[in-house]
Amino acid sequence: MTRAIVVLLSVLALSLSMTSIARAVEPGEALTDPVLEERARGLSQGLRCLVCQNQSIDDSDAPLARDLRLLVRERIAAGDSDSDVLDFVVARYGEFVLLKPRFNARTYLLWALPALVLIAGGLIVLLNIRKAKATSVPEALTEAEKERLAEIVNDRER
Amino acid sequence: MIAELGHFALVLALVVALIQAAAPLAGGVVNPSLMRLAVPAARLQLGLLTLSFLALTYGFAVSDFTLSLVVANSHSAKPLLYKITGAWGNHEGSMLLWTLILAFFGGAVAFFGQNLPDSLRARVLGVQGLIGVAFILFLLLTSNPFLRLDPAPFDGNGLNPILQDPALAFHPPFLYGGYVGFSIAFSFAVAALLEGKVDAAWARWVRPWTLAAWCSLTLGIAMGSWWAYYELGWGGWWFWDPVENASLMPWLLGTALLHSAIVVEKRGALKRWTLLLSIFTFGLSLIGTFLVRSGVLTSVHAFAVDPERGIAILLILTFFVAGALFLYALRAPGLRVEGIFAPISRETSLIVNNLLLTAATVTVFVGTLYPLALDALNDSKISVGAPFYNLTFIPIVLPLLLLVPFGPLLGWKRADMLGASQRLFAAAVAALLAGAAFAAWRADGPWGAPFGIALGVWLLVGGFADVAYRIRLFRGASIKNALHKARFLPRSTWGMTVAHAGIGIMVIGIVGISAWRVERIEAIGPGDVLTIEDYTLTFLNVGNYTGPNFTAERGEVRVEREGREIGIMRPEKRVYKVSSMPTTEAAIYTTGLEDLYIVLGDATGSGTWTFRAYVNPFAPWIWIGSVIMVLGGAISLSDRRYRVGAPVRAKASAGATA
Repeated sequence: MTRAIVVLLSVLALSLSMTSIARAVEPGEALTDPVLEERARGLSQGLRCLVCQNQSIDDSDAPLARDLRLLVRERIAAGDSDSDVLDFVVARYGEFVLLKPRFNARTYLLWALPALVLIAGGLIVLLNIRKAKATSVPEALTEAEKERLAEIVNDRER
Repeated sequence: MIAELGHFALVLALVVALIQAAAPLAGGVVNPSLMRLAVPAARLQLGLLTLSFLALTYGFAVSDFTLSLVVANSHSAKPLLYKITGAWGNHEGSMLLWTLILAFFGGAVAFFGQNLPDSLRARVLGVQGLIGVAFILFLLLTSNPFLRLDPAPFDGNGLNPILQDPALAFHPPFLYGGYVGFSIAFSFAVAALLEGKVDAAWARWVRPWTLAAWCSLTLGIAMGSWWAYYELGWGGWWFWDPVENASLMPWLLGTALLHSAIVVEKRGALKRWTLLLSIFTFGLSLIGTFLVRSGVLTSVHAFAVDPERGIAILLILTFFVAGALFLYALRAPGLRVEGIFAPISRETSLIVNNLLLTAATVTVFVGTLYPLALDALNDSKISVGAPFYNLTFIPIVLPLLLLVPFGPLLGWKRADMLGASQRLFAAAVAALLAGAAFAAWRADGPWGAPFGIALGVWLLVGGFADVAYRIRLFRGASIKNALHKARFLPRSTWGMTVAHAGIGIMVIGIVGISAWRVERIEAIGPGDVLTIEDYTLTFLNVGNYTGPNFTAERGEVRVEREGREIGIMRPEKRVYKVSSMPTTEAAIYTTGLEDLYIVLGDATGSGTWTFRAYVNPFAPWIWIGSVIMVLGGAISLSDRRYRVGAPVRAKASAGATA
C-alpha cells in the first residue's frame, strides 16, 4: 500500500512537471513535425538561458536563448536523439547549461541529500517515539515547583 | 542637515543598542536591576531608527543629490511613489530598513510584552539589541546610506526600472518583516536557553511573534511571485531562482516552527527541537540576506557586488548561529523532557509535518548552495533548476499536503486513526469526484493533473472536516445550532482551517497553470485576429507614449469571448530613459477562474508584431490561496489567548484556573 502511494506520487510529480503541447516560442521557430517539436520543447525546458536567471531557454526572450532553441531544433531535425542533443549542447556550453544536473561523482551528494535527510530524520523520529514509550513515567517536580505548588494550594485554601 | 540628523540618529541607535544588549545580558549578572534598562532602550532604539529611516526617505523624496546613495539610485523625473520606495530599493537603504524592522519587533516586545516575566523580556530584548549592534555596525562601516557627495550632480542615475512597480516596491518591506520577524523567535530561544527554562508559557509567547513574521513573509513571497508572473513576461510565477529560494527556505522552516511551537504550548514536548528550529529559521533568514546582499548570486536582486559586505554578513551569521548553538549544547541537555505520546497522535502528526518541511528546506538549501560550493571549490559550474526540484522537492511536499487534513483530526497523546479517516470521508469523496470530473473534462493535460486537482480539493474540503466535526454539522444538531457553535470556536481553530484551505486553493492554481496552460504565439499586423480557447483577439494598433521617466510601445487588442466583447487590452513594452533598460508589461484579463495573458513582442520588420497570448487556468488561485493563508494566520493571531495574554502572571490572577 505504502509503496503504491510512493510510486503514484513520484509519477504524479513527474507528469506535473511536463507541460502540454504548444507552439514554438517565436513564430517561425517551430519544427513542422509536431512530434519532433514536442521533443524540442521538452529539451528546451531543461536548458538554461545562459544570460538569464534560472530561466530555461523555453521561458526566455533573450536572443541567446533563441539561438539555442534554434540549435536544439536543428540537431533534432538532423536526426539526433535527445541525449545526443544534450551532449552536443553540453560539449559547447558546459554542464552549466543543464537545469537538471547530471548524476555523476560531482553531484551524488546533491541528488542524494534530500532522500538521506528524510530517511535519517525518519529514523530519529521512530527511535525517539519508541524511547518515549519506554520511559513513560512523568518526572517529579523540582524543588522550586514544589514550593510554588504549595504556595498556590495555600492560596486557594485561604 | 536632515541627512546628518539621520546619520546622527543611526550612530546614537548603535550606542543605545549596545546598552540594550549589555544591560540585560552582562549587566544582569552584576546587578539584576540593570535589566530594567532593556525596555526603555528598545523603545528609544525604535524611535532613533525610525528617525534615521525617515531622514533617508526624505532625502529620496526631495531628490537630495548631495547624498551619494540618492544619486546612485534615484532620478528627479521619477514619480514620487518610486522616489519614496527607492529609499529601500538599494543595498544601503534596504539594510537600514532591515535594521528598522528589527527595532520595530524589539519595540513591539517592549510595548506589548507586559505579560512576560521581567527577566525573560529583558533577555529577549538583550539578544535583539545584540543583533541590532551587529547590523548597525554593518551599516555604518560598510554600507552607510548617509554619505555626502561633493560636488553634487544635477541629476541621479535612476532606480532600477524593474523596481518601479507597485508589487515589487512593497515586496521588500513584507519580506523583511518575515526575515527579521523570525529574529524574535531566535531571541526568545536564546533567552530561554539563558534562563534554562522552556515551558508552555514560553511557547505561547513565541507563537504570535512567529505567526506575525510568517504572515508577512508569506505576503512578501506572494507579491514577488505575482510580480514575476506579470512582469517577466512569459507567465511563469516561480523560477527556483536562488533569490526566490532564499526567501522560501526561512518560510518552510518557519512554517515548521509554527507547528512545533504548538506542541510545546499544548503538550510540553519537542522543546529542544523547537529551540533548534527558532535558531535555524533565523539563521536561514540571515543566509537569505547574505545571498541577496553579498552579490554571490548574479541575479536580479543582487545589486550590490562587494565581497567585503558579504564577508561581514557571513561573520554576523556565524556569530549568531554558532553562538546560539553553543549555548544550546550547554543548556539543552538540562531541559526536562515532557509530554509522552503514542505513535498515532497529534504530536506524531506534527512531527511528521516538521520532518517533511525540514527535508523540503534541506532540498532547497542544497539546490541553492551546491552550485556555489562547487564553483568555490573551483571544480565546475552547474545549474540547478526546476527539473531538479520537480524530482526532489515535489515528492517531499506531496505527502505532506496529503497528510495535512489528518493532523487537526488527531487527538493529543493518543489518537484514533480510523475515526479521523471516517471524518475525512466527505473530503475524500469530494476530491475523487473533482479529480474524475477534471479527468473527463480536460483530458488534454498530463494525466497526473486530475490527481493534483483532487489533492487541492482534498485540502480545501478536508481543512473544514475538523470544524464540521466540532460544530456537529449534519450529525443531529440543527444548522442553526451548528452555526451558533461555529461562532464560538476558538479563532485559532478558524485560523488554521482557513490557512489549510488556502493551501488547497493554491495547489489548484499551481496544477491549473502547470498542466493546462494554452499558448499561442503569432506574428500579426493591425487588423489581424488571433484566437485562443474561447477568446478572439483583434490586434488594433501599436502606439507610442511617454511616461514620466520612460517611453513605451503600447499595443491595443480588442478581446471578445464567444462573440461578446470584453474590452481593450493594452500590453506594453517600456524603455526607461536613464538606464535604457526594456521591461514588458503584460496585459492580463482575469475571470477569477483563469487569466488571459497577452504580451507584446518585437516588431518583425514587415509590419507585424510578435504576440504571445496565454490562457492560464486557475492561475489567480495561486495568489488568492496565498492571501487566504495569510488571512488564516491573521485570524489565528487575533485569538483570545494571545490578546488576553494568558497565562497572566501569578500576582494578577492568583485564583484563575487555566
